[in-house]
This record gives sequence, C-alpha cells and structure tokens, in this order.
Amino acid sequence: MLAPQDMAALGLTLRLAGVTVLVLLVLGTPLAWWLSQTQSRLKTVIEAVVALPLVLPPTVLGFYLLLALGPHGVIGGLSMALGGGSLAFTFTGLVIGSAFYSLPFVVQPLQGAFEAMGRRPLEVAATLGASPLDRFLTVAVPLARRGFLTAIVLGFAHTLGEFGVVLMLGGNIPGATQVISIAIYDHVEMLQYDQAHTLSALLLVLSFSILMAVYALNRRFSVVHP
Amino acid sequence: MPKLSSATLLLCVSMPALADEVRVAVAANFLDAITTLSEQFERQSGHTVLISSGSTGKLYAQIKNGAPFDVFLAADEARPALLEHEAAIVPGSRFTYALGTLVLWSPDRGLIDAEQSVLNNGDFRFLAIANPATAPYGRAAQEVLTGMGLWERFSKKMVRGENIGQTYQYVYSRNADLGFVAKSQVFSQGQFADGSWWEVPADRYAPIVQQAVQLRDTPAATALLDYLRSPAGLAVIQAYGYGTDAAQ
Repeated sequence: MLAPQDMAALGLTLRLAGVTVLVLLVLGTPLAWWLSQTQSRLKTVIEAVVALPLVLPPTVLGFYLLLALGPHGVIGGLSMALGGGSLAFTFTGLVIGSAFYSLPFVVQPLQGAFEAMGRRPLEVAATLGASPLDRFLTVAVPLARRGFLTAIVLGFAHTLGEFGVVLMLGGNIPGATQVISIAIYDHVEMLQYDQAHTLSALLLVLSFSILMAVYALNRRFSVVHP
Repeated sequence: MPKLSSATLLLCVSMPALADEVRVAVAANFLDAITTLSEQFERQSGHTVLISSGSTGKLYAQIKNGAPFDVFLAADEARPALLEHEAAIVPGSRFTYALGTLVLWSPDRGLIDAEQSVLNNGDFRFLAIANPATAPYGRAAQEVLTGMGLWERFSKKMVRGENIGQTYQYVYSRNADLGFVAKSQVFSQGQFADGSWWEVPADRYAPIVQQAVQLRDTPAATALLDYLRSPAGLAVIQAYGYGTDAAQ
C-alpha cells in the first residue's frame, strides 16, 4: 500500500505534530494566561505577533527561519555556541518552525477559554486560601478544558498539513525531515499520481476525523455542562 | 445561462492578442541568464518578457495542465522531447540552447581543494544537491557521487533542494557546508563567486543538455528564441558559464 519512504514520512509527520503541540502547550499556556489577565499595553502587540502566522505566507516564515537557524543566525548561532550544530535540516529545526507556524492555533483557543471564565472563580478560590499556582491548576485549567482540547487538536491538525515552512528549511531528507506534504509534492513532481492520491486521501481522512472528533467532543461538553 | 456564456465567448474572441508579451517558463538554473538576456531582448525588440522559474519537472506538469507559457526553457532534453511527443509544442521548435556545467561550491574559501578531500573524508555536516528525481542538475550530482562511491555513504548528510535555486540558497545561507550547483549560479562575467569550488569534469556525468521548446506560435516568442541563438545571445549564455551547442 504505502512505500517505506511514505510510511517514514507519515510517521515523521505525526511525531512532528505531537512534539510541536507539547512544546506549544508548555510555552503557549502561560502566554495565553498572561494575555487573558493582563492590562498591559504590550497586550495588543503580543496578540498581533501571535496572530502573524495566520496571515503571513509560510514561505516568509520559512525564509526568516532558514536564516535564523543557520550558523550565522540568532537561533542557529546560539545552538552552535552551546555545542550543537546549526538547526536547519534537523527535526529540532522543524519543531521550532512548526511551533511558530501553529502558535495562534494553540494560544488563541486557550486565551479565549481563560477570558470566558471571568475573574469570579479565581477570586472565590483565593478567598478560600488557594495559592496562585493552585488556583490556576485546580480551577482555571479544568474550567478551560474545552479550550485545551481545541488548542491541542487544532495545533496538531495544522502542523500535519504544514508545507511552506518545511519546504524552506527541511532539506527533504527521507526519514529525517521529509514530511507527508513534501512527499506528496515530490510524487506529483515525478508524475507518480497514484502514490500522491494515496497519501493525499490519507491526510484528508486523518484531518477530517480529527476535526470531527473535536467538534463531537465539544458538543458533548456543552450538552453535559450547559 | 446561454446569455452569459455567449457574452463570455464574445469577450474572449474580441480580446486583443498581447503579441508583444512573451511568457517564459525557465528552469531555475537559467534564471539569472534569461533575466540578463531578456533585458537586452526587450531593449532591442520592444517586446516584454514575463519570467516564471521553477524545477523542470514542475514546469512540465504545469504546461501539461494548461499553464499559459509561450516558451519553455528546460534543464534537460527529456521533458521538451516529451512535450514534442505529446504534440504540445510548435512543430520543429525544439533545440538545445545551453549545455549545463555542474560545480561543487562552498562559500568557504578553504573548504574545497583540487583533490576533493572534503568529499572523500566526508568532512562536512550537510551537502546540498537538487532533487535528482525532478532536477537534472540533481541527477548529475547523483551520478558524480555514485561514480565516487559516496552516494550511499552520504544519504543522511544530503539535503535536497526542490530545484537548483533552492539548493544554491541552502549553501549560500551556509545552512549546508557545500553543494552541487549550476556553474551559472556561481560564475558570471568570466569570474567565479567568492569561496571555493570544483568544476566537475564533464566525463563524470551525462551531459546536461538544456533544451527549449516554443509552446505558442506568437511573433514575440519566435523573436525571443531567435535571439537566444543569435551571436549576441550566445555570448551572454557563455558568459554565464554554459557551453553552447556548436552543432547547430
């Protein structure tokens, strides 16, 4: 059915999407929390930065990342100084790229959920003597679980379909940086339309199922907790 | 909806043909050269040249699917021959406009020496090549590395650009230490760019015979292809490091 190289591309894509979502949860949750609570003037600037990947062509992101991850770039130079290599053409580099690329898909649902919660539940928890971290973990996170679910699923699904960024900084190494969208692109280039169809259909079904699942779950939540 | 379609048809028929525009699909390696050629051609003829570059494989697929190009300058002879075979070109318009030269290049001055020790020692992190499946310069690079017995050994260290333009970008930005690029990308006005290089001997790979075909029979397209074959055009092509087919 699938050639070994296509299987590798599929596995790599799923791994990339998974790792990216984890990274974004760790970095995006505090950011979304801060955005939802702050009165700072910086808020609008940060919100605009978070939303940039929605409107910028992925190639722009990919181009800047290629320069930044290279040996003379900010991120690549730092990595070299720490004893690593430059990061373009590596899985780590793809994770960094994907994290930028899918940032709004994780941060925005979380920020929305935290804002929808209002201040009341946390104030009540504070009166009962809960510490800020305790308040966040036992009150805010459970209340925002729909936001978390949406963030995880959208971040994952969005990274699955990534193309422009990976094309710029991946280097198309089978098994290392060749993700499914690049494999499809190559098949089309080589006029191997059968393999392109197989992979495309797979991605389509996968993305559709993921989105279906999240909408179904969201509905269940809203029915159970009106 | 018959009214609408006949109106549309009328509009299409009555649109003046833009006889003074020529749309060129060009393989990435020849982009610099055709840009210079076009400037001179535009000055001389008054026509306008619109250039789209990409990998030969992709351009072929786009042309097959009705992309509106008048001229196709490919990086090989296979795809132009295929188009001719499919009767998608102006009959008799296929000819060799340039012979490509493969160069191993690095922006580092000291990296590539006459013995190619850097290749033989595998003393680098990434080597960039164009995708052999779609780009003729990539196929040539694969031939050279296979001939040196290094193809398998470097499989994890090779990064593949979507076309030769992206391959050059990988090396130029120093994300890859060195790469097999087209001579035209690192050679102009009879001078190599800064860095170090190895011009691969022609007997190490099958000739990169770059052919042109005319896809639409417009005066401007004919004029451009004639210009490519004129002494002035040939001089520019050679100045970019290409061989030209003396047999024409």
